[in-house]
Amino acid sequence: MTRLKSYATLLGATALTLTGVASVSAADLEFYFPVGVNAPAVETIQALTDEWAAANPQHTVKAVYAGNYEETTTKALTAANAGQPPQVAVLLSIDLFTLIEEDVILPISDIANSEEDKEWISGFYPAFMSDAQFEGKTYAIPFQRSTPVYYYNKDAFREAGLDPEAPPKTWDEMIEVGKALTVKDDNGNVTRWGTRIPTLGLGGAWLFGGLVVSKGDVLTTETGIEARMDTPATLASLEFLLRLAQEEVMAPGGITWGDTPKAFLEGQTASMWTSTGNLAFIEENAEFDWGVGFLPGGDGPGAPIGGGNFYVFQDTTEEEREAALDFIKFMTSPDSAAKWSIATGYVAPRPDTWETPEMKAYAERLPQALVALDQLAYAEREFATFQRAKVTQYLVDAIESVVTGNAEPAEALSKAQEGADKVLGDYQ
Amino acid sequence: MNNRLSIRLAVIMLVIPCSLLVAFTHYPAIQALINSFWNNSSSRRPSRFSGIENYQALMEDDRLAQILINSTIYALGTIPLAIGLSIGMALLVNSRLPGTTLMRLSFFMPTMLPMIAVANIWLFFYAPGIGLASQILEVFGMPSINFLGRTDTALASMMFVAVWKEAGLFMIFYLAALQSVPTNLKDAAKLEGASALRVFWDVVMPLLRPTTIFVAVNALINAFRLVDHVIVMTEGGPNNSSALLLYYIYEVTFRQRDFAYGATLTVLMVGLLGLLAIVQYWVLNRKAHYQ
Repeated sequence: MTRLKSYATLLGATALTLTGVASVSAADLEFYFPVGVNAPAVETIQALTDEWAAANPQHTVKAVYAGNYEETTTKALTAANAGQPPQVAVLLSIDLFTLIEEDVILPISDIANSEEDKEWISGFYPAFMSDAQFEGKTYAIPFQRSTPVYYYNKDAFREAGLDPEAPPKTWDEMIEVGKALTVKDDNGNVTRWGTRIPTLGLGGAWLFGGLVVSKGDVLTTETGIEARMDTPATLASLEFLLRLAQEEVMAPGGITWGDTPKAFLEGQTASMWTSTGNLAFIEENAEFDWGVGFLPGGDGPGAPIGGGNFYVFQDTTEEEREAALDFIKFMTSPDSAAKWSIATGYVAPRPDTWETPEMKAYAERLPQALVALDQLAYAEREFATFQRAKVTQYLVDAIESVVTGNAEPAEALSKAQEGADKVLGDYQ
Repeated sequence: MNNRLSIRLAVIMLVIPCSLLVAFTHYPAIQALINSFWNNSSSRRPSRFSGIENYQALMEDDRLAQILINSTIYALGTIPLAIGLSIGMALLVNSRLPGTTLMRLSFFMPTMLPMIAVANIWLFFYAPGIGLASQILEVFGMPSINFLGRTDTALASMMFVAVWKEAGLFMIFYLAALQSVPTNLKDAAKLEGASALRVFWDVVMPLLRPTTIFVAVNALINAFRLVDHVIVMTEGGPNNSSALLLYYIYEVTFRQRDFAYGATLTVLMVGLLGLLAIVQYWVLNRKAHYQ
């Protein structure tokens, strides 16, 4: 069906060229995208894609929802290895090194090389560009970018006699406040926890990066070959996660990423750490008064930056690259980015988006949306190295083994460091 | 009438299945074996022959050791449980109780659902605090358990889902077998004064043995083959407590893109399954009693 359609387009285009009516070259784009949050993301992406296609009738574009982030990367790489890559895809920013090593993506700065294009690239927030660049080239364009924030139930704060306008700022405050927020029933079973920080899987590792940043260190650098898993900051962070459970502020054991917004909405927890990409979902479904604050920090504020960027694949024609670039420019334009940001809660990646009337109205209606933007000043890149999936697994294993009570923090972290160094040793 | 096939036709008819077998079974298996002796090359790491390095890594892999233990517990736990449960259900729906059609349908229902759907349903059942399992515990005044978030419950939770999903299918096989048990044998036993339990144990069970072996083989294959629920529900976590061998192969190969080590793990799995197949054939030849 699709192939038939593309043949038809091709025929049409050939006919047009032959008759000399139009000289614009046509391209058929395939665009893979993931959804990592509870939001009407698919509909919004489809609507924006359709809008671009309508404005560019010489091209076609097929938006393919490819699952969560990791699944989308897996699919895109498999397709690329098979010689049929999507022309353009939104993939995790931290997959940059993997995509470079697999030699499947094209630096966007190679196609976007006019003066105008360079200015366009420099118009994104530097915090979002830091993990889109490598060895002096810009490989990706920020799109669905986020940082985690501290969501809290203001009604629960009032109930516990706390100031609903003053979310905790430090780890100690978080434990103190959390104790007041935890509610038990007559049997001594907890019916509402003070907080919820997902600790399992990639989501857990992402948030862990925020804990480390707030202790004044980083997990990773721009070289792609450095993993700093066994440091005083990581040790303090892991011990803090344990303390939350010991002080009965957070449920013991591993905490999943996916259930967290649901648990918050159902009143199972009075606060949570999750992506700003869940803002729209919470706004729509919360039946209580809620607020958003910076992530409470160890020595000061700190957060990881996460989310996905646009990538253009190598195995493409000139026309497809041109069209892909135009498509990306459209998707990150102030109007499109405003629609996307409002529909989901992702942080609009360019200052000019925040100047649009829609965004101004949105920020007024939902001031919580500005918190993540302000937090950007204290945010650092998410853990990324060559062979990211393999190296991150060592970190994930360390965190999971400690929170589930199967290992001591120091021992788990040194084991993780050892594993990571072994993998990255190949690149030194 | 000439029953003999001409040689030419026979060759042509053999080529199709043989080429499928070669293309999709033998060639990949041999390729995996070859790949397992090379490193995982990329644009930044040159390709080189690594000898038995991958196999050395295999021996030292703590995760793999944990996963092999998990897989063994999973197989040993789910197979007898699914078989026992399916015999029980088959006896129930084969009885003359009212509503057996409805029972058959409801027992068979989980089998008809795709595993991904099943996993998503159970994900919700297990959700701490809000899920069905927590609410049942709450009725009895017990604290909610974070089934999928604890290392001591995650694998058992997976196994429960697998048994729930598979027992219905096996029930169908047992039901068919039960209905083919000749009633005169049972009548004769009863006439001799055998109790219902005795009839079941000494008359029905031996006749069910071929079915049991068939079901056991299938259950064993499924124990290695089905990992959809692991991917959906826990991704092998927490701390690898619910990871199974095939899931690990998927993760290493496609997520971590370490094709060399993935190939090594595949060789291990093929070897293990081959060994199990030999054992099963041996048991099958000795114990199965076909009429």
